[in-house]
Amino acid sequence: MTDATTQMQALAPSSSEKFRQRVLPFILFALVLIVIPFLGPSRSTITLLNHMGINIVFALSFNMLLGRAGLLSFGHAVYMGLGGYFCVHILNWISAAEGGIWANTPVFSLPIFGFAMGALAGAIIGWPSCKRAGTPFAMISLGVAELMAAAGFMFDSLFGGEMGISGDRMSGPEFLGLSLGPVDEVYWFIAFWTFIGTLGIYAFTRTPLGKLSEATRDNRERVQFVGYNPERVRYLVFIFAGAFAGMAGGMSAVQDEIFTPEKLSLIPSGFVLIMAYVGGIRYFSGPIMGAILLTYMASYLSDYSAGWLLYLGLMFIAVVMFAPNGIAGIVFGFWNAIRSPDPARQVGRFGSQVLGVLLMLAGVIVIVEVAFRASEGYGEMFEPFGIAMPPDAIMTWVVAAVFLAAGIAVMRYVAKRNAEV
Amino acid sequence: METIVFSLLNGTIYGLLLFMLSSGLTLIFSMMGVLNFAHASFYMLGAYFAYTISGSTSYWIALFLAPVIVGVVGMGVERWGLRRVHANGHVAELLFTFGLAYMIDEIVKIVWGRTSVNYEVPELLDFPLFTLYGAQYPAYRIFILFVAIFMLAALWYLLKRTRAGLIIQAALTHPHMVGHLGHNVPQIFMLVFGAGCALAGLAGVIGGNYLITDPAMAVQMGPIVFVVVVVGGLGSLEGAFIAAMLIGLLQTSAISVNASLADIFGFLGLSPTSEVGEITIASMAPMLPFLLLVLMLIVRPTGLMGDREV
Repeated sequence: MTDATTQMQALAPSSSEKFRQRVLPFILFALVLIVIPFLGPSRSTITLLNHMGINIVFALSFNMLLGRAGLLSFGHAVYMGLGGYFCVHILNWISAAEGGIWANTPVFSLPIFGFAMGALAGAIIGWPSCKRAGTPFAMISLGVAELMAAAGFMFDSLFGGEMGISGDRMSGPEFLGLSLGPVDEVYWFIAFWTFIGTLGIYAFTRTPLGKLSEATRDNRERVQFVGYNPERVRYLVFIFAGAFAGMAGGMSAVQDEIFTPEKLSLIPSGFVLIMAYVGGIRYFSGPIMGAILLTYMASYLSDYSAGWLLYLGLMFIAVVMFAPNGIAGIVFGFWNAIRSPDPARQVGRFGSQVLGVLLMLAGVIVIVEVAFRASEGYGEMFEPFGIAMPPDAIMTWVVAAVFLAAGIAVMRYVAKRNAEV
Repeated sequence: METIVFSLLNGTIYGLLLFMLSSGLTLIFSMMGVLNFAHASFYMLGAYFAYTISGSTSYWIALFLAPVIVGVVGMGVERWGLRRVHANGHVAELLFTFGLAYMIDEIVKIVWGRTSVNYEVPELLDFPLFTLYGAQYPAYRIFILFVAIFMLAALWYLLKRTRAGLIIQAALTHPHMVGHLGHNVPQIFMLVFGAGCALAGLAGVIGGNYLITDPAMAVQMGPIVFVVVVVGGLGSLEGAFIAAMLIGLLQTSAISVNASLADIFGFLGLSPTSEVGEITIASMAPMLPFLLLVLMLIVRPTGLMGDREV
């Protein structure tokens, strides 16, 4: 008996491990958030960072469903949209208020209202949709998203029609001396709520309900045997996921000061799915990485190339096919490789894989860029490093094919070597 | 009366097009459990291939060649894409087709441009067939009707009266048993996937010039095809047929109804100037399929004729 208890204690993480795994990442995260503004980023960089913060909370809330509870939703933007719309309305109420509650509500607190609205929307829409899991759940969420987007264009007083509804974040009482006028003041607002949101979602995964949602994902029947109702577990998780999405909506309402019915549609719902999956749904930090990368791509890559959506689709398919654990899986895989007993060989393997991917990417980029310029018909030429690549020259396509073939050859070689070991 | 006849005719044609699209998806979905998000993209590919082929040769060659090419592309996707992902479960498969739909959209934009292409009805069929209540009815629509019915009959014969159809039907419900009996199930999957895509391609060939051929056509059609499959029920072509006709008729007739909600619910005191009262039945037409989908999944998850839950 005593043996058993001592073994149990040995299995539990020690307090230093607990600190390293659970507390330290958050301290580092907070430090990064605090240090960033002192590096003197430009205004556009701060705007980008703000959008990253919003998307981090949004993608994490989505992963509460997909990664943790195993529920694939095609309509998660509905909750962010409803929360955000509610907050834009509150912005207008605050600026119109002469006295009373709204006159004393700081704009800083808006994500709380978004959270409440998201939870309410999740509670209403989730009640019918959480009766089922798997594909029916995905289909219901798709239907709901289509319905909400259509309703958004119909009820002008609530959603403002195609123009959407806009507000003014500089109204109402100041909080902590932040007027929220310039973007660098908005940064502190976003940073604060990003941290709170991330912490809150992490805390949720540590609660019994969070653990139960994972259990329901893995083995529904067994959860039933133990005496829990999987339907209710799904429903409760759904409400919380909606709430955190609504919170992201509140952050977005303050950053962008406008919401349009398109924010409820399938397009942002699909984008958050790609963010979370490319980042890695099996890791808590996966959606964070996905949100950072994809937000960056959406705002910078779209300036460089008209074909950035094609790159996005290619990246998504590549992750689904070859790296189901996403970027986080690759990062942690590399980390483990360094710490393994034979790091040189592992890192070498990793390096050759990276080389293969880069070669393939070079080939794909040449094909896509040349094709895009040719199809637009402005006579523009793709000239990487000053090398002209006309679409009608055979050399262009030979170069692309050589890069692609070399990349595939490297990947196949690595895969073969792995199979032998 | 006039409106009713035209709605019925147009609704039937639209419903048959929907069925042509969804019959392949139903087969794929019931057999492999994959809800193919890219199915409507194959429909779009069919329309664009037909546009290119009929531009350089003739429409009649395109009518046969384009669905075949789409089918081959579909088989390739199954062989080198889906089969790889299969090991990672249904969610991964669903996401793969989701990404594929994304990519086909973009590739179509690169190759054929962002605006709609001028894919025309062949000259041979470009004349009014008959006059109904003073309005001329184009012959091409009746041609669509006949192609769809011909395809329906061919599909029915293939599935119910041939040996290949017998194996496919068995694989719909008991894929493992079919495998144990010595049939190459992955190959059956590949062929059915290709055939389903070819059907979608055919729908694109005959529907592309009837509706419109632009890069948004897949996004518009895709969710509605899902609705048909889910409402019809898993593994049931009959159900898909009924659902397709239902949605076709529902949507076409709703568009032609000018009444607003206030006209209908006016007796409850709904004012015609209020925001809810102003909504017309016609403007609600695009929402109806999704309303049907959500209600159906909640009330009867097996669909109209399905024997299993989705």
